[in-house]
Parts: sequence; structure tokens; C-alpha cells
Amino acid sequence: MEFFSVISSIVPAAIAYTMPLLMGALGGLYSERSGVTNLCIEGLMLTGCFASATTIYLLQSAGMGYNAAIVVGILAAIAAGGLLSMLHAFAAINLKSNQVISGTAINMLATALTLFLAQTITGSGNVTVLRGIIRSDIPLLSKIPVIGPLFFCRTYWTTWICLVVWGVSFFLLYRTSFGLRLRACGEHPSAVASAGVNVHRMRYIGVLMSGLLSGLGGACILVTYAGEYNSTSGINGLGFLAIAALIFGQWKPLGILASTFFFGICMTIANMGRVIPLFQSIPTGYLGLFPYVATLVALVVSSRRSAAPLASGEPF
Amino acid sequence: MKRRTDNRPLEARKASPLLVSLSAVVLGIIAGALLILLIGKNPITGFDRIIFGALSNTRRVGNTLGMATQLILIGLSVAFAFKTGLFNIGASGQMLMGGITGSILAYYLPMTMPRPLYLLVVIMASGLVGAFWGMISGFLKAKFNVHEVVSTIMLNWTAYWLVYDWIQRFIVDPTIVVKSKPIENAHTLRADWLTDLTGFSTLNYGFFIAIIACIVIWFILQKTTLGFRLKAVGSNRFCAEYAGIRVNRSIIISMTIAGALAGLAGLTYYCGYSNIMEMGKMPNEGFDGIAVALLGNCSPVGVFFSAVFFGILKMGRGSLAATGIPTEIADTIIATIIYFTATSVILANFWNRRFHNAFEKTEEAIGLALESEGRSDVDLTTLSSQERKNLRKAGLPLLKARTRAGKEGR
Repeated sequence: MEFFSVISSIVPAAIAYTMPLLMGALGGLYSERSGVTNLCIEGLMLTGCFASATTIYLLQSAGMGYNAAIVVGILAAIAAGGLLSMLHAFAAINLKSNQVISGTAINMLATALTLFLAQTITGSGNVTVLRGIIRSDIPLLSKIPVIGPLFFCRTYWTTWICLVVWGVSFFLLYRTSFGLRLRACGEHPSAVASAGVNVHRMRYIGVLMSGLLSGLGGACILVTYAGEYNSTSGINGLGFLAIAALIFGQWKPLGILASTFFFGICMTIANMGRVIPLFQSIPTGYLGLFPYVATLVALVVSSRRSAAPLASGEPF
Repeated sequence: MKRRTDNRPLEARKASPLLVSLSAVVLGIIAGALLILLIGKNPITGFDRIIFGALSNTRRVGNTLGMATQLILIGLSVAFAFKTGLFNIGASGQMLMGGITGSILAYYLPMTMPRPLYLLVVIMASGLVGAFWGMISGFLKAKFNVHEVVSTIMLNWTAYWLVYDWIQRFIVDPTIVVKSKPIENAHTLRADWLTDLTGFSTLNYGFFIAIIACIVIWFILQKTTLGFRLKAVGSNRFCAEYAGIRVNRSIIISMTIAGALAGLAGLTYYCGYSNIMEMGKMPNEGFDGIAVALLGNCSPVGVFFSAVFFGILKMGRGSLAATGIPTEIADTIIATIIYFTATSVILANFWNRRFHNAFEKTEEAIGLALESEGRSDVDLTTLSSQERKNLRKAGLPLLKARTRAGKEGR
């Protein structure tokens, strides 16, 4: 039974690590499917993480209820991510600038600006919230043998929100005319334009969605496992892992669910390796680099037959 | 015999890259000033402190140039890859790998080794390891179509953790377990005459490495067929392929050279500018290099000057502490500048429109002036530039009067 106990300690943590990645990758999916390369997921998630940290920190110290503060904080993160993404949308869609450079600029802007604001608000580079989300068991489902302890015990409620967002997005992108149009904008924008659809507006929606979802992802990092906005480590390249997951998942919702879960497991091994007997002999440094090397290998396997949207990255 | 020259420009001048870069700098500084105003501080004192902190005495100037050293090398690295259409944002990782190579060698090579030989060995070794790290991304891009932005970021974090482990394993300072042992002065790139000259600043031989690198890269890009091929791949890879240039090989070569430059930057940073390596610290300079390259329009000369500019920002911000302005304002300005260079189209359009309007106005004014002098049949191409200038001066009031009359008439 030792094997099962290892699994049941890894999986819940892996799910917690997966959700921010899933939201980032899903945001990237919206943006790239609408035809805008979005390399600023990292910056958007960092902004979300910072916005929620600051809001929750201020509200919780002001005496607001813990959970109410968290809800407001998550909403603030979503709004902040959306706001910042508009900067990318403006550069990419209206000014037809190089989307890779614009994305990088926004990543740097997010790093500098959040640190600047953190310094002004709290006086230090870190913002720590008093309390994150308390894990809870799902009433009936957690009693199911095997599946119960793996998926329904000690879960964060944000996990379920993220999964609902994922499900709704799947429906929206593949079962509605809106989704068809959005995806068509990333494949052949002039055809969509000739059908009377406003390509610029669709792309704005795509980038906005990526901002909102990445903001949510950043908030999830904070309220679940991180508990603080830390300026020195930021979010450790999670945004780029999300982009890698998007490529590995071949720009498809089911694909990114699987690939983000794979990266989630890698992250768990990297972060919890010391407490799992199986990996205890491996030095911290090598455990730490494991998810990134795994990503590179995954990219090598999946990038050859790339299913990237045809017009992604091309101004219209 | 009268010399006939055509001094009339055929069309309005276009915005030069230099003008666009300078506009981006001005906009970045304005954005920074607004942010300082927003938190209720005085931007003038802020910028005054930055200039003071960076340039007020020889030691500070030396430190600024010491900081600019790695920015020049990384800027060159990013610029070189960019000429081939590649975006090297993995300079941080390549820097770490070059730096750890230099640090380990500094620790284990005998002190009795002749200094010129020692310097040659560490420079070669750091460059090679950096080159290898860059080559991985190039190889993955060429063979497996892995996007270089994602792969270089992954390699950054791989390098981060490798260095984390290697510092602990090979060169740890037993008293402070999160840092490497300081390198002996004789094994750094520092030189006594430079430190004496600049009042104990961090200026070191790396600065000369950076200048030599600028010249070499300029030579490769402008004077060799290799440079021509790389640039051809950068401007249109399909066209280059059709012309018989081996695109995949060019990509690998470009990333390798870019990696070597960043590796050297790591050497100058960790074994010259500083003499220790910290565990768990990603060097920010790798990302500032992107700004340097973009602002310098990816040309070696431009990179040199923009690196010095960013050096001033980065060194000068240390003096901000007394004013209560967070030092991160410098990074914010840098990021804003990149955003504006990324959206340089809007700046170029702005200037082009201004130039165009001014040009039209001049032409019209000259026409009016000639008309009033009764020389309207004069061939415009025969006018000398001095005459044009005088005519313009004479014509401008006429033009103004005409527009005013036009307005009143309506």
C-alpha cells in the first residue's frame, strides 16, 4: 500500500499546481486561437498574483472576513490581468507591432510595476496574506474508495471554479458560432472578415480572455499553495510552462488539460520531492530543474507536427 | 560656368531609427516621471539623484561602465540573434552558465598560473559553455521546431537549478552557505591600474572584452558572407532558403554565437563586476539586454550607447533611497521603453507625418515667395539651399496670411 500512499500524497498537490497552469494555458488558447501570439501569460499571471495578494492583504488586515476578502481578491486579480492584457492587444492588433517583443515588454513591465507597487504599498518586496483558502473535503464524493481520496479530499474550492471555466470554454469554443468565428480568426482572418465579422473585435476578445484567465490563474497560485507575492522569485516561469503546455496540448482544450496535469505532477515532484521517500536521494537542484527539462523533452516530442493556428502572430 | 545642382529634396525625410529610439526613451522617462508623481514625489529630484548616483565622480562613472559591460555583451547577444530572426530571451541562463564556469575555474585553477594564460583560459571556457547553452535552443529550433522563446526560458530555469546545485557542490563559502566563496582578486577580471584609475570601482577588463565584441560582431554582420547569410535568414527565411542558404545551420550558428556573448557577459558579471555567485538568483541583466538590443536598433554601435544609458539608470537608482522613491522605478522605465520600441510603428508614423507636413509647408511657402517676387517661372531645381532657406523665410508670412484670409473668407 506504500505506492498508493505516495500517489495519494502527490495527486492532490498536483491538482493544486495544475489549476494555475490550466488557466494560463486556456488563456493562451483563446488568444492564439484568435490569432494573437501571447507570450505575456507570465506577466499577466504575476499581475494577477500581485493584485490578489495586495487586495487580500489590505482587506484582511482591515478586518474583512477571510473568505470574503479572498473572493474580492480573486476578482481584483481577474480585472488586473484583463487590464494589462489590453496593452498587449493594443500593440498587437491596432499598432501591428511585433507580438513577441510586445509580450516580452509586458512581462518586464509586470515584474517591475508589481515590485514598484509592492514597495510603495507594503514597504517591502513581498506581500503575504494572513490566510489562504482552507482545504475541505467534498461531502459525499470523498467517501468513494480510491477516487475519493485522490480527487475529492482536501480540495480548494478554486479548483472547481477553474474546472467549470475550462468546461464552459470548451463549450464556447467548439459548440457556439462565437467560438467558430474566434477560431477562424486565427486560421484565416480575411475569410472571416469577408463573412462580415469584425476580426479586430474578435482578437480583442481573445486577448482579453487570456488576460482575465491568466489573472485568475495568478490568483489561484496565491490563494492555494503560495500564500505570498514574492518579488525575487516571481512565479518561477509558470506562465512560460503554461505556454509550453499549450503547445504540448496541441492548442486543444482536452490536450491542455492533460498536458497541464502532466506539468502539475512534475511541479509537485520538484517541490515535494524531499518528503517523498522515492526521490529523497536526489539533490534539490536536480529536482528543481526536473519540470523544465521535462517541458523541453515534451516540446521536442510535440513541436514537430505543430498544430498552431495558421495566422497566429500575424497582424491583420 | 554656373554649376547646376538640384538641392530640392524629392520627398519629406523619414524618421531615422535613432529618432525613434530617442522618442521611446523620452516617453519612457515621461512614464517614469508620471509614476513618481503618482506616489507624491518630485520627479526632478528623482532624475537628478539618478544622474548624481551614476556620474558624479570617477568611481561612480567607473561603476556605471562596469555595469554597462555586461549590458553591452548581452545586448549584442540578443541583437545578433535578432538579426537572424531569433529572439534570445535566454541570456540569463547563458550568463549563469558562463559565470559558473568562470567561477569554478577561478576556484580550481592554480594561483601560480601566468595571468595572461589564465585570462585566456577562463574567457575561452565561459564563452564556450555559454555557446553550448545557446546552441541547445538553436538546435531544438532547427531540428524540432521548438519555439526559441519557450526553450530559452526553460533553459534559463534549468541553468538556475544547475547553478544552485553546483555552487553548493563545488565553490560554496562554508561560512555563508547560500553564496560562493569570493574569488581571489588575481583570478578576477579586475586590474589594479583600472581600479586605481577609477577610485576602486568595478570597472574591469570585461569592458575591453565588450568593446572588442562590438567590433567583431560589427565585422561579422557587415563584412562577411556568414553575416550576410544570417541577416538574409532573418529578413525572409523562405527567400534565403530558395537562394540556397542553409537556414537550419544559420539558426544554430546564430544561437551559438549569441550564447557565447551571453556567456562572456556572465564571466564579466560574476568574475569581474562581482566576485561571488548567489544561490537561487536569476540575473535580471539577461532581460535588460533585450531592452538594450531593441533600443540600440540591434546595431553594435547602438547597443554600446544604449547599454551605457541603461547602465546609468541601473547604477544611478541606488542613490534614490534617500528620496523615498522605490528603486524599481528604473526597471519600470526600462520596461516602458521596450514597450514603446515594440510599438515603434506609432512613433515612426508620428515623426513621418510631422516631417511630411513641414515639407509640404516649405514647398508651398517657396512657391508663394517666388510668386510675390514675380519669378514664378523659375525652375525649382536650380535653387541653392541658401536660396531655399531665404525663400522659405520670406514665404512663411505669406502662407500664414493666406490661411488667415482663407479662414475669414469662409
